Amino acid sequence: MPTAPTAPAKQPVFVVVQLSGGNDFMNTLIPHGNPLYYDFRKTVDVSEDQVLDIDGSVGLYPKLTHLKEMYDAGNVAIIQGIGYPDPDRSHFRSMDIWHTAEPHEVISEGWLGRTIRELDPQKQNVCTGVSFGQGLPRAMYLGGTPAISVAQLEGYGLLTSLAGKEQRRALNLFHRMYTPEEIGEASMVLEHVSNTGIDAMTGADMLKAGTADYTSTVEYADDPFSQSLKGIAQVHTANIGTRIFYAQLGGFDTHGAQIATQDMLLANLSRGLNDFFADLREHNAAEEVVVMVFSEFGRRIRDNGNGTDHGSGGGAFLIGDRVNGGLYAEYPSLDPKDHLSGDMHFNNDFRSLYSTVLDDWLGIAPDPIVNGHFEQFEGLITSLN
Amino acid sequence: MTTATRTDVSLVAHLMRRAAFGAPAWQLEQLAETSYEELVENLVAIDRHERPVEDLFDRFHLDFADEERGNASGVRWFYRMVNTARPLEENVALMWHNRFATAASKVNNSRAMAVHMNMLRDNGMGNYRTLLQKLSRDPAMIWWLDQQTNHGEAVNENYGRELLELFSMGRGNYSETEVRSAAEAFSGWTIDQTIPRYPNGWYDTNFVYREDDHYHADKEFFGEKGNFNGDDIIDRIVTQPATGRFVATTLYRFFVADKPDGEAIEELSDVYFRSNYEISEMLRALFLSDRFKNARFETVRWPAKHVAYLMKLTGEHTDPYQPGLTVLEAKSLAMGQQLLNPPTVEGWHTGREWIDSAFLIERVNFAADRLANLEAPGVQKMVERLRERGPSLSAEELLDAALYELGCLEMRDVIRDTVLEEVGEDRVFDTASAGFGREATTMFQFISSSPDFQLA
Repeated sequence: MPTAPTAPAKQPVFVVVQLSGGNDFMNTLIPHGNPLYYDFRKTVDVSEDQVLDIDGSVGLYPKLTHLKEMYDAGNVAIIQGIGYPDPDRSHFRSMDIWHTAEPHEVISEGWLGRTIRELDPQKQNVCTGVSFGQGLPRAMYLGGTPAISVAQLEGYGLLTSLAGKEQRRALNLFHRMYTPEEIGEASMVLEHVSNTGIDAMTGADMLKAGTADYTSTVEYADDPFSQSLKGIAQVHTANIGTRIFYAQLGGFDTHGAQIATQDMLLANLSRGLNDFFADLREHNAAEEVVVMVFSEFGRRIRDNGNGTDHGSGGGAFLIGDRVNGGLYAEYPSLDPKDHLSGDMHFNNDFRSLYSTVLDDWLGIAPDPIVNGHFEQFEGLITSLN
Repeated sequence: MTTATRTDVSLVAHLMRRAAFGAPAWQLEQLAETSYEELVENLVAIDRHERPVEDLFDRFHLDFADEERGNASGVRWFYRMVNTARPLEENVALMWHNRFATAASKVNNSRAMAVHMNMLRDNGMGNYRTLLQKLSRDPAMIWWLDQQTNHGEAVNENYGRELLELFSMGRGNYSETEVRSAAEAFSGWTIDQTIPRYPNGWYDTNFVYREDDHYHADKEFFGEKGNFNGDDIIDRIVTQPATGRFVATTLYRFFVADKPDGEAIEELSDVYFRSNYEISEMLRALFLSDRFKNARFETVRWPAKHVAYLMKLTGEHTDPYQPGLTVLEAKSLAMGQQLLNPPTVEGWHTGREWIDSAFLIERVNFAADRLANLEAPGVQKMVERLRERGPSLSAEELLDAALYELGCLEMRDVIRDTVLEEVGEDRVFDTASAGFGREATTMFQFISSSPDFQLA
């Protein structure tokens, strides 16, 4: 596809995919070469001949066929043994820690909210951060910093049941009510409501106008996750300046019926990502996108007969043309003497991965965002410019 | 018998927004014929009113009647909010639902969730000790916090920890010794059936105490030593000052303001101890306090209450035949609150976090849709009352009258002026004209789109 000579320089874009519920890393990147794996996984295991082998010792879950193709093309980095200090087996606390990049204190400001503030300090573009799914994730929440939350693009907008002149009039009034010349006796809460209203209106207009001409030969699946990725592709190819995207795939809390559940979910993940990148390529818009896939924790080393319980130490994926694929960090030891109360010991802090992405990809100083200095993964990403 | 004291309609409106689900002006006026104290008593003394009979609901909403569907109880709940004569009971259940935050996504058994919700209704306004006793025996809660895996031989700390941290004292008011002892004391408290539905569909699941699976040994709890069982722990928890403050804060944040006030918490906490942990006594004291009366429009209305409030205004879903109840649940979800499915063990992120761009759009759109529906009996009634005000209304008169009909609402002057400019300050509305209904509902839409309308 020819590129117009006036095309503006591409800006790096970062997409976060959250696997909610605690994805079982041991059955995502499977240590099939290690006999201890089969000792601990008596029933919730994948036989060696089914694993999509990578190097004779580890391999991907059988349903991750597309992801394996991307891996073989050199576009997938797998961060083994990622986690955070003093593992807490609560979903909620763990998720909060990943979202806020703060493992010790409970705070509500998200790390991506801080990132958005850094990318757009003047708040010139309310669509700098766009989340698809049910509700804005805490990761993107930061008081005073806009971020757009969209359940689905179709039908998204204010006062959509009105039409024509009536709608224009109501929207005009809406705009004026949410930006009064003087704030009046507004409380902090009213100010927040007002700011959100203006952001919502501006964002909805931008998204609607920008995505109106989107076409693609890629047919995404109908599930909400795939549709979220489609929405991200639509907004990204609309060139409205969105730099941070968020999508979620839930249901990984596999205490029971794990194999059937993970079969479905990981196939969904793998196909969705494949369709997403195919779509971006079709629009010559893949190179500037890096996707991070994470889950709040891994699961216990020993299965419970039908599933696995909450554990610690997991894995993350970084995917994109500019990602230097391969295995990063060490696979956590399965040797019982190395277990952390029955779990894998994490060996790299999630804030190292965050720092690498912030520094090498988004080009912003990581330490203030992650509240500390963390060693980065050398050569994990090649920056765009 | 005392003489009926007329209560200020705006105060009645405030009480009904917080302790009930809001009401249009014509209902508020009827309520205002009574003294404020009597209104409070009428809300708190729930035994004065029967619970709604729902057999017609069961007959016309078969999908939800048998609790077979995962969202069954959430849909039914909206019907209940709109129709109950005990609105405070439903509000308190909603408050505890947020605090105990048990989610259908994990419990995965609608019948157990329905039992759980009824437990909150039956005990939510009663004695806090009883409530904790029932909660600890509730099958959905047991499953939610993995309490069925708490064995004497292998103690699971989840329930013991959350009981102290999230359901009573809060972090920093106990040590790991108390967590461990509480967990040990609750070992053997389990259910007789595991919850998954297959192969035979949903089945009831009941609390059982397995003596042989209990950790029988001395435990230490706040300096006392003994072979404590679960109820012994609860007996000791409820006497803790931190528990009084916890219950007080929970009530205050739900009914009064998003930010707790230290002095108010101490006062409410005193009522907790003076009344021997009676929640209804705390509610009485709370609603009668000046602090409550003055805390108007200081909270962001919860999404579920936003939906129920609009139904109270439009008069929809008062009869069990009207289809579309599932829409109410779906809209509440889209606004950020899926009933029976709080997102985390901490409950929902309330206050300003109720408002993000998608949630706000849903709130505004839903209100604008419903308040423009001239077929809805409540909308017709409000329009009719506007007509009765006279043959013509100025723009300002129409705006003020509409604000009043929607529940005696307030709007900042700066927003009022903006609306009037948009409408045209000099406009005069002919209330007898055929188009007046549409003009009135347009005014309702303008009001409901405002930032001020999001507050309660």
